[in-house]
Amino acid sequence: MDVSSPRFKEKAVIALADPTLRQALGQSRKGFVNKRAELVAALPEFEALRDQARDVKNHVLENLDHYLERFDSAVTAAGGHVHWARDAEEARNIILGICERVQARTITKGKSMVSEEVNLNAALEKRGYTVVETDLGEYIIQLAKEPPSHIIAPAIHKTKEQVSDLFEAAHGGPRKTTVADLVTEARLVLRDKYFKADVGITGGNYLVAETGSSIIVTNEGNGDLTQTLAKVHIVTSGIERIVPTLEDVSLFLRILARSATGQETETYTTLSTGPRRPGDVDGPEEFHVVLVDNGRSKMLGGKFQDMLRCIRCGACMNHCPVYGAVGGHAYGWVYPGPMGSVLTPLFVGLDATRDLPNACTLNGRCQSVCPVRIPLPELLRELRHQQHQRGISPPVQRRALGVWRFVAERPGLYQFANRLAARALKGLSGRNGRLRHLPFASGWTALRDLPAPEGKTFLELWHARQT
Amino acid sequence: MPESRSAILQQIRAALGRGPLSDAAAAALDARRPAHPRIAVDDDDLVARFVTRFESRSGTVARVSGVDAIPAAVDAYRQAHGLPPRAAVARPLAGLAWPAGFIHHPGPAGQDEQMSVTPCLAGIAEIGSLILASGPDSPTTLNFVPDHHLIVLPAGRIVRHFEDAWTLLRALPGGLPRATNIISGPSRTGDVELTIQLGAHGPRSVHVLLVADADRATP
Repeated sequence: MDVSSPRFKEKAVIALADPTLRQALGQSRKGFVNKRAELVAALPEFEALRDQARDVKNHVLENLDHYLERFDSAVTAAGGHVHWARDAEEARNIILGICERVQARTITKGKSMVSEEVNLNAALEKRGYTVVETDLGEYIIQLAKEPPSHIIAPAIHKTKEQVSDLFEAAHGGPRKTTVADLVTEARLVLRDKYFKADVGITGGNYLVAETGSSIIVTNEGNGDLTQTLAKVHIVTSGIERIVPTLEDVSLFLRILARSATGQETETYTTLSTGPRRPGDVDGPEEFHVVLVDNGRSKMLGGKFQDMLRCIRCGACMNHCPVYGAVGGHAYGWVYPGPMGSVLTPLFVGLDATRDLPNACTLNGRCQSVCPVRIPLPELLRELRHQQHQRGISPPVQRRALGVWRFVAERPGLYQFANRLAARALKGLSGRNGRLRHLPFASGWTALRDLPAPEGKTFLELWHARQT
Repeated sequence: MPESRSAILQQIRAALGRGPLSDAAAAALDARRPAHPRIAVDDDDLVARFVTRFESRSGTVARVSGVDAIPAAVDAYRQAHGLPPRAAVARPLAGLAWPAGFIHHPGPAGQDEQMSVTPCLAGIAEIGSLILASGPDSPTTLNFVPDHHLIVLPAGRIVRHFEDAWTLLRALPGGLPRATNIISGPSRTGDVELTIQLGAHGPRSVHVLLVADADRATP
């Protein structure tokens, strides 16, 4: 997928002015947030589960090589194949190789963010394969020729009317106008595809080192039809998605759905262990797992290792005021919201993604809901720091920070400047104590008044209280 | 590709600042069996908790007096939903006394299949879910293709937590089955405006036949 993150500001402005998007985002996110809050309030163990989930993820990362080797052996013992991909191109080539060898024509896909990350669909289509996304949200955006705007609700930015338009254009009339009819129409269209598919590709929420199982957690059942009815099942997953044992799986099952969609559990949790066995009357004849590194191993041992704990639940974006205002597409790559603002610069480079770590108010809501306690604001701040170190941040900002630093390092000067500013701003403000215009601050004052200082600095007031 | 495997492992070890783990360290990791916090399931009555949770997600439950009563319960469900007298019935249930004229076959379920009847490995009371282990006696297509999935659950097979279900899975003769399906209700989607709609791709209806007589319930 092309990276359009350099156009974040432009796209954010367009998004803010789009009433349809506002409507779609407003309704949906509130649902996720409220349902999660209800479930968390009803579960006294939730905070202990989060601590434990964080610790298990850290344990896995410290021993990632070992658990990956164990997983590899266990998959092989179950009759499956593990492929290791250093980068996106290698991942695509592995999958293209399998599709070519089995002379595939139709390829069905369950939802996989890693396949978005490695830009798989474009590569498959270029070789002439028919690629069908089967998750309803993914199917909608495939018809719309758009990238996902949310990691678990890819079509969250679409209204029912827009879906009706897309289905009418793709399937022919008569136009369906209710959610029930739209879902039924997609169900019927996609049924044929599952049965026709030569290769079924799914993601992997968890890879179990102990058993060699890959796990998907879904509500629709599309991932299961995809992997059961195709001749070949390919799992695409990041190397960090390993969990050691089934006991660890239960831990993550207890937090994932609650954090993601505010459900006690999703409808289907499926463990896939190898291909069809002797006596089986269904199931895929081949089982492949493509382990994708693509920059992950480089995050180990460094300042961003915590990000590798991410279980892709989407809670951070559901609770982010910036995501809530501009939606997922403005972020310009595969992963939006707070987790995306950390991952995108690390995966595609700091230069093309300058605005992402700055599109954050550091309000901390993301961290407060993250089920594996990733310190997202801290990581975003670290990215800003690195931007500054490497001279990527805008010159005006750098000069302003330079001036601020010069003054801040000289307490006498700093306090003098503060006193001056407090009095000047009070003088400039109207009788209501508010500023309607301020040089260099039109970004604020264009949309709202700035409350003016009372005329005294904090230190002055503090000293007055002490005496 | 073998060189990618070693390159990735090497990069991981370099990032972690160490070489491969010693045999002793690796053995210690392999022996790790963590006891994570569980969700309190105080209910003495696991059956009641299972039913409440399962029904909260639009699953339905019918209590059946014994294994012999299963065919009648299936037929009653079939008639209530206006379905033809035909189903994919998993092998362990084929020997029951099915009504005359009721056609059944052991699977797989094809595109026209409207109803299936399967056993399950266990029910999980914690969240009210069923766990099904694939195999010749429980083909996976029966769980996903038909619109109506009927699952036979002996009451004595309801366990408290996920962990108890893992114990059952590990004890299976061939170890973990090819597909382990934890099913918590009918298929659903919220992908259009977050409006919950049942029957997205999998069964529109999942109906549990809860068999009271646990001792004789062998399916």
